[in-house]
Amino acid sequence: MAIDGRQFSLKELMVCQAARQLRDGEAVFVGIGLPNLACNLARRRHAPKLVLIYESGAVGAAPQRLPISIGDPSLVTDSLGVFSMFDVFSFYLQGGLIDVGFLQGVQIDRFGNLNTTVIGDYRHPKVRLPGSGGACEIAILAKRVLVIAPQSKRSFPERVDFITSPGFIDGPEGRRRLGLPGGGPVMVITNLGCYEFAGGEMVLTSLHPGCTVEQVRDNTGWEVRISSQLTTTEIPNDEELRIIRDLDPAQLFSG
Amino acid sequence: MNEAIRRFVHDGDVIVIEGFTHLICFAAAHEIIRQRRRDLTLCRLTPDLIYDQLIGAGCARRLVFSWAGNPGAGPLYALRRAVEQGIPNSIELEEYSHFGMVARLTAGAAKLPFYPLRNYFGSDLPRVNPSIKTIACPFTGEELSAVPALNPDIAIIHAQRADENGNAQIWGLIGVQKEAAFASRNTIVVAEELVAESVIRSDPNRTLIPGLIVSAVVHEPFGCHPSFAQGLYDRDNDFYVRWREISKDETLFNRYLEEWVYGVRDRGEYVSRMGAHIDRLKARPHYCEPVNYGY
Repeated sequence: MAIDGRQFSLKELMVCQAARQLRDGEAVFVGIGLPNLACNLARRRHAPKLVLIYESGAVGAAPQRLPISIGDPSLVTDSLGVFSMFDVFSFYLQGGLIDVGFLQGVQIDRFGNLNTTVIGDYRHPKVRLPGSGGACEIAILAKRVLVIAPQSKRSFPERVDFITSPGFIDGPEGRRRLGLPGGGPVMVITNLGCYEFAGGEMVLTSLHPGCTVEQVRDNTGWEVRISSQLTTTEIPNDEELRIIRDLDPAQLFSG
Repeated sequence: MNEAIRRFVHDGDVIVIEGFTHLICFAAAHEIIRQRRRDLTLCRLTPDLIYDQLIGAGCARRLVFSWAGNPGAGPLYALRRAVEQGIPNSIELEEYSHFGMVARLTAGAAKLPFYPLRNYFGSDLPRVNPSIKTIACPFTGEELSAVPALNPDIAIIHAQRADENGNAQIWGLIGVQKEAAFASRNTIVVAEELVAESVIRSDPNRTLIPGLIVSAVVHEPFGCHPSFAQGLYDRDNDFYVRWREISKDETLFNRYLEEWVYGVRDRGEYVSRMGAHIDRLKARPHYCEPVNYGY
């Protein structure tokens, strides 16, 4: 899309929006793809002391190329440290050191629960998905969770077919009732807009340029709440675009 | 390799070939396929291409895992064929999360019956896997999740270097290899480079697996391709992408096995057949500052 003479892709907009949620000095559990771009953008721009932690064991990673997998060798070279996966999950994540966890979902519901396990019945699935990986524990233990997900009626059902990674489970008291240590999801960024959470439920707070509330309603499987202060998502600035294109010159993830 | 697999991997065994993206010993899996082992229980956090190949070759009866995909490149189609259509045979799935698998191997290594975790509440995983249980802390009464120890018959661990007694040094991502080796009844160490014991002793902090728990040592350069070995060769990301097309089609999958597994005698022949391609993956030097172990 082009706005104010600036050309950018929808994914670049999503990456910028995700990066802006990260604060300097925080420890962030990074996933591959758009989350990785967002974290590296934040580190090169407004959060130079952001500590990038990958479940593969790299801590304080400073990748000089775009990692294709979560265990790319470039995450090791010049990182602050490399730890066992036991250390990463026990001491960093369960130890309460992770400020932000990034998750992606195939399905997400109104309470921010994520499904990456199966579509349909678990024993006889319509589609078998990869499973949890580290997502379940990140959702439970990170202080806050950011979600990047493509939005359609199928991927935004009222209830996910399988809760791989709990959000607010069934409402405002869901996490507290079960004693989950982390704070749960704070923002969901889709191809249409951004959602924040109120009373454990997703509320549309910004629409991407050119998107409409009607489009959002058509692509959501429940009666979606709309914020009374609905805004338009801030578009990427020149500096952000320059850094993203430097990080992902072939537009492998951002195109 | 031939002898190590013949002696230590048997039909029906519970095996773990670990290495998180890094140091995945494809050479061992290919030898297991060549020796036509059957009914294996395959344990690994990320089944990856290596277990997709073992499953598609008919070696597996059960898969214990936490993330089953082709990293960055889609699903594992041979696994899906086995699960959805029973081709070449049906397999059972036992599913955890990464933390759960790490904890199971940690309990196994420490010879504890289970490991407690602050995890799984609110997730549907315990509903479909009865081995994820809830326990009460005996001190505070707090409810926690628990996963059972995993003690495989055999672990296969790839290292950048090892001595003839199996003292193995790994740098870069170390994943869950130490836990997997200590948890297993036998461990095979496969090394890119076989070095003198004095080399190991010159840098003792880098030893991840002690010879004490190692049953066999195999020298196998480029034994991880298409996975990688930090400082030696890069991950063959193009192959991982190509695998999507190969594994999707049963005929292409079987042709791959004929050409690159059954069609070669050993890893040496695989590497020479790869020709110049392997040189393109060689790592650039990036040395660390030496440390002083003196006193």
